[in-house]
Amino acid sequence: MNVVVCVKQIPDPADPGALDPETKTLVRSGKLILDESDSYGVEMALQLVDAAGGGEVTLVSMAPNDEQSGLRTALAMGAAKAVLVSDEALRGSDALTTAKVLAAAIGRTGQPDLVLTATESSDGYTGTVPEQIAELLSLPSVTFAKSIAVDGGTASVQRQTEAGYDDVQVPLPAVVSVTAGVVEPRYPSFKGIMAAKSKPLDQVTVADLGMDAGQVGWSGAGQEIVDVSEAEAREAGTIVEDDGEGHQKVVEFLAELKVI
Amino acid sequence: MSHAPLPQHVDPHDLLATDALLSDEETMLRDTVRTFVGKRILPDVGAWFDTGTFPRELATEFGSLGVLGMHLDGYGCAGTSATAYGLACLELEAGDSGARSFVSVQGSLAMFPIHAFGSEEHKQQWLPGMAAGELIGCFGLTEPDSGSDPSSMRTTATRDASGDWLLHGSKMWITNGSIADVAVVWARTDPDGPDRGAVRGFVVPTDTPGFSAPEIHRKVSLRASVTSELVLDDVRLPADAVLPGVTGMRGPLSCLNEARFGITFGAVGAARACYESALAYAGERTQFDRPIAGFQLTQRKLVDMMVAVQRGTLVALHLGRMKDAGTLATPQISFGKMDNVRMALEVARTARSVLGANGITTEYPVIRHLNNLESVFTYEGTNEIHTLILGQAITGLSAFS
Ligand SMILES: Cc1cc2nc3c(=O)[nH]c(=O)nc-3n(C[C@H](O)[C@H](O)[C@H](O)COP(=O)(O)OP(=O)(O)OC[C@H]3O[C@@H](n4cnc5c(N)ncnc54)[C@H](O)[C@@H]3O)c2cc1C
Ligand SMILES: Cc1cc2nc3c(=O)[nH]c(=O)nc-3n(C[C@H](O)[C@H](O)[C@H](O)COP(=O)(O)OP(=O)(O)OC[C@H]3O[C@@H](n4cnc5c(N)ncnc54)[C@H](O)[C@@H]3O)c2cc1C
Repeated sequence: MNVVVCVKQIPDPADPGALDPETKTLVRSGKLILDESDSYGVEMALQLVDAAGGGEVTLVSMAPNDEQSGLRTALAMGAAKAVLVSDEALRGSDALTTAKVLAAAIGRTGQPDLVLTATESSDGYTGTVPEQIAELLSLPSVTFAKSIAVDGGTASVQRQTEAGYDDVQVPLPAVVSVTAGVVEPRYPSFKGIMAAKSKPLDQVTVADLGMDAGQVGWSGAGQEIVDVSEAEAREAGTIVEDDGEGHQKVVEFLAELKVI
Repeated sequence: MSHAPLPQHVDPHDLLATDALLSDEETMLRDTVRTFVGKRILPDVGAWFDTGTFPRELATEFGSLGVLGMHLDGYGCAGTSATAYGLACLELEAGDSGARSFVSVQGSLAMFPIHAFGSEEHKQQWLPGMAAGELIGCFGLTEPDSGSDPSSMRTTATRDASGDWLLHGSKMWITNGSIADVAVVWARTDPDGPDRGAVRGFVVPTDTPGFSAPEIHRKVSLRASVTSELVLDDVRLPADAVLPGVTGMRGPLSCLNEARFGITFGAVGAARACYESALAYAGERTQFDRPIAGFQLTQRKLVDMMVAVQRGTLVALHLGRMKDAGTLATPQISFGKMDNVRMALEVARTARSVLGANGITTEYPVIRHLNNLESVFTYEGTNEIHTLILGQAITGLSAFS
């Protein structure tokens, strides 16, 4: 079974950099790392391929610069190969363009049985790319997966909901977005890290995908960010001194929130 | 020279930005070990230390991670650079010197001699299982009456008419001894035999009759590590148990060089953990209505610790690059082991004082590191012995005896 995982490389959240005041988007010039949200999809893909007893995991990523370190991390975890779409022309791409580029890149990997993404990225978090990819590839789409089991040409997905989860069956190939935290991503082993540097990484441009530079980036964006404003500062919490009745106050507080 | 404004931001945990000296691959290896230590060692190591236990299952977890014999090639080993091995030691020892000791002994003292001096059969038989952590190794050099002067060892290896070897004697302070599946034991051969009394190394399965390894208790240092005596009561071994590739003290000493190199990095890890603990504590603890980090005397301590850790890091990385280039000389390893462990002990003591009374409990990592480092100061060549190696290197005069 062959699984494609879309993995986004993002600025390190520990050192997130800044918004460009001009374009109102995140400055992504420096080092990019594997989005933690996508590490769950990589783990799930590796487990599915293991369970199927054959096949491989292919990564697909798009980045405005030719950063590879996030991909190397996922290759070190065990993915077999990667396609990186990297082109100056991509700067300024909106979510739909991203989906178009990723869909074209997925096309380069052959006929995957399954395409996995995260439900939303940690830096852009529009949460729209997965469904757009599915539409562009004319594939069924299931969102918020907490587990996936494949049997022949069908995947059974537990789809997380507010109340619990739905059991959904979907014919393959399909695009499934994976909820963060549902599996424990493995540590890349040292052998994996050493092997990662020699795994194939196919770096392609927009033209290689048969797309026109005018379709992507700033010129292709149908969306425009008109304004950004600071998130409201969180209000200071209430500190309850425990005079022996502290638990009572916590219960009252939760009752007030209608949590209990 | 550019006149661009200088960057204002520095990282209190890496003031000189030494991280920039690592390759992406080294950073990934380092981060992997750091994550492992954070999840698997730090939460429980205080309790392991309190109860004096080393959880054996850690061995296979280290194996899956790939740290065991990581800088060796083939036989299931990861084949990383020496610098990457050092970085792994650094992160492990930021957890606990016991974890790093396990990995040093397994990789540098037990797997290394088999890899460097063993027969093909030795390598096939032992290395893959040891790399996986399914088989544990130990290294028997020190004896009750032979420590800093290991060539005075009394353990003997004699051959009988059938060609079998008989090992007799005892070894002391042997890390992993009681949990080992295989011991690399150094013993003196018959002065009238073909080796003319030279020291040889032996690969000893620990289930061989005559071999026993009682654990040494009542330690107040390296408590999350197994330390044992090896009793060799006429242990009979086949002729091919001897390591064919080396004769004389060069054998054990070359293993020690490998392990000492790792300790140069490891000590930095212990020191870093102490510094970070003190820095965090000083920011939170208030006395006289202000955080103690605001007092000049405390700042002096914090700054001294930070400088020491950064310097130690630079020394270790420099030695790592030299080892990878094949240019690292023995006195340079002594420089690293001697100075970085001494530095780490000073940092640990200073950090201990910053934590006040809390500094004496195992609720905080500092006194555990401080106690552990007393062992690290002594093993793998005492601080004094490394001083003498350096003294000889710069004066040309030996002051050993
Ligand atoms: C007008 C506009 C201009 C922008 N300009 C820039 C810019 O100049 N520079 C810039 O870096 N960003 C820019 N962005 C943001 C960027 O377009 C989005 O981050 C991107 O389109 C993906 O959206 P998302 O992260 O919200 O995806 P989501 O839908 O939240 O992502 C869900 C999942 O889809 C997959 N995925 C998403 N993006 C990628 C990717 N690139 N590679 C692989 N997998 C992916 C991942 O699995 C991800 O977890 C801009 C956005 C807009 C609207
Ligand atoms: C926790 C722990 C684990 C260990 N693990 C192992 C192991 O796995 N395998 C192994 O073989 N050994 C191991 N050792 C033993 C260790 O290597 C020895 O303890 C060390 O070599 C010192 O020997 P000694 O303890 O006999 O001290 P001694 O050699 O008796 O030294 C006592 C003091 O005298 C000083 N001294 C000695 N000679 C001189 C001199 N010429 N000039 C100046 N000062 C001198 C020393 O520096 C020291 O301060 C371990 C030790 C410890 C504490």
